[in-house]
Amino acid sequence: MNWLRPLLLGRLLRLAWLLPLATIGLFTLVSLAPIDPVQAYIGDLSALVGPEQRAAIAATWGLDQPAPERFLSWLGGAMTGDLGRSLTYGVPVAEVIERRLPASLALIGIAFVLSFVLGTALGIAAAASRGGRVDRLIRFVAVTLSVSPGFWIALLLIAVFAVGLGWLPACCAAPPGLTAAETGMGDRLRHLVLPVATLSLVGTAPLVLHTRQRLLGFLESPAALHLRAHGLSWRRVAFGAGLRHALGPALALHLAGAGELFGGSVLAETIFAWPGLGQATVRAATGADAPLLMGIGLATLLFVFCGNLLADVAAQLVDPRLRRTTA
Amino acid sequence: MTALDISADGEGTVRGIRPPLHRGLWAACLLILVLGGSALLPANLLEIDASAIGRAPDPGHPFGTDSLGRDVAARTLAALAMSVKVGLVAATASTGIALLLSLAAASNRVADQAVGVLTELALGLPHFVLLIMIAYAMGGGTNGVVVAIAFTHWPRLARLLRHEAQGVAASDYVAASQALGRPAHWIARHHMAPHLAPHLIAGFVLIFPHAILHEAGLSFIGLGIEPHLPSIGVMLAESLREIIAGRWWVAVAPGAGLLLVALAFERFGEALRVAAEPPGGAS
Repeated sequence: MNWLRPLLLGRLLRLAWLLPLATIGLFTLVSLAPIDPVQAYIGDLSALVGPEQRAAIAATWGLDQPAPERFLSWLGGAMTGDLGRSLTYGVPVAEVIERRLPASLALIGIAFVLSFVLGTALGIAAAASRGGRVDRLIRFVAVTLSVSPGFWIALLLIAVFAVGLGWLPACCAAPPGLTAAETGMGDRLRHLVLPVATLSLVGTAPLVLHTRQRLLGFLESPAALHLRAHGLSWRRVAFGAGLRHALGPALALHLAGAGELFGGSVLAETIFAWPGLGQATVRAATGADAPLLMGIGLATLLFVFCGNLLADVAAQLVDPRLRRTTA
Repeated sequence: MTALDISADGEGTVRGIRPPLHRGLWAACLLILVLGGSALLPANLLEIDASAIGRAPDPGHPFGTDSLGRDVAARTLAALAMSVKVGLVAATASTGIALLLSLAAASNRVADQAVGVLTELALGLPHFVLLIMIAYAMGGGTNGVVVAIAFTHWPRLARLLRHEAQGVAASDYVAASQALGRPAHWIARHHMAPHLAPHLIAGFVLIFPHAILHEAGLSFIGLGIEPHLPSIGVMLAESLREIIAGRWWVAVAPGAGLLLVALAFERFGEALRVAAEPPGGAS
């Protein structure tokens, strides 16, 4: 495993300069916003809150200081693990993220596995019948899915399966009125189905197209031709040797694209009222909750970073040639 | 069966992608239809009609009406025109940013490093999260959407253009031109531009569908186009309640329209991209 260390070191080095720059960039973006957080916090009660009280709220949040000073005090807190206090949820930002991340990860994790299996299988099937009817159908579906608005797919799923057929719940992670402890496993799974289906459908498309393209190259290679000459059908060549050939790059691509699944889950969680980080992102952005937005920005940055790191490791694990060139 | 026969026989040969012209005509027709149709739309079709609340699709309202009695088809057309306009402006701006950054990167090593860092930063967050951040920084609204899309969609195209520009700059024919004493602007016009233009055009057309999809996404969560203007995102956000009430048709037309426009441009862009690549697909 002597190839792993330089890879890890290189990636960590990149994080070491990326993280501070991204932090400054995010803070700049968040403080640029023309929305007044005090007004957003007061909301409908504006008639009841006088200017002195507004000033007092702003002073409590440190908003009366200039942006660079606010950044330094935020940075000082962040160093000790204190990311500030969320304005919309009224609890520390770290707590919001900690409490909501598992729900998002469950959604993203299941969708990740499902779309990987579905995407590679369909991609290989398309390549095996290249130019044929199956290929054209799969390619058409994949291209269509790749430009479908994910939240529209979610709405259609709700219209068909929740409202029309009444099979599945359209909202939340548990039936209303029950605590998490009272919810059975079956109920939890039923609530997972539609959000996961939405995310998986959206995540499948790029993988299908990539795997198909990759496998077409393999099927034209002498190795595939040799297998074919031995009497194997194209399908068996594709799903046998071709599968091994395509799986590694597909996994690397899928891991590197895991961040996009988070982007998709922002919309999916909003529609299905799923109590995850994506829903919190929308509430933070519409509620002028700058500290929470900062925290979520950094959390998703680390998420994308981990995805890319795992993609690198996966690529080298499955392809010894890459290891030799970098080591 | 000879080896040649075997290699030629799949369930059919891989048909080459259709020429870009065919798909370009499709996309252009759709664009004219949307923009022209919304301009010619009689204003009373967009108004609230208390006598036609929540109608299912019928000949008078081919896609039904919503809970305020507004015709879904007419609203969809107006919203699509809005999407297309926002998408065109944002995609143009994003392509411009990509071109500027890639030219800077190709001309100067320090700038190259800086552009590399910027690219890493822009790709460091999930696409949609960065969109939300920038739209939030701009305070939402139509301008916010345009800026957010312009500042998030350039990295891929910038990388490609930088790669191409550096390749051309290092080529023998540019060296020959320089040895012959051609000035830099001559080289830019006669060597750079013909190489970059096809990629630039394909890049623009490929950014466009994602621009309109992301615009709809931002409007959907309330950070985009103002709710009183017609927009696909706002229409779909409002449709959630109507779907629960059983009026599924309110969501069908806006989403399908958006999908149709995005699909036409994605396919056009893909054909252009294939045409822009050198034969053999080296890049």
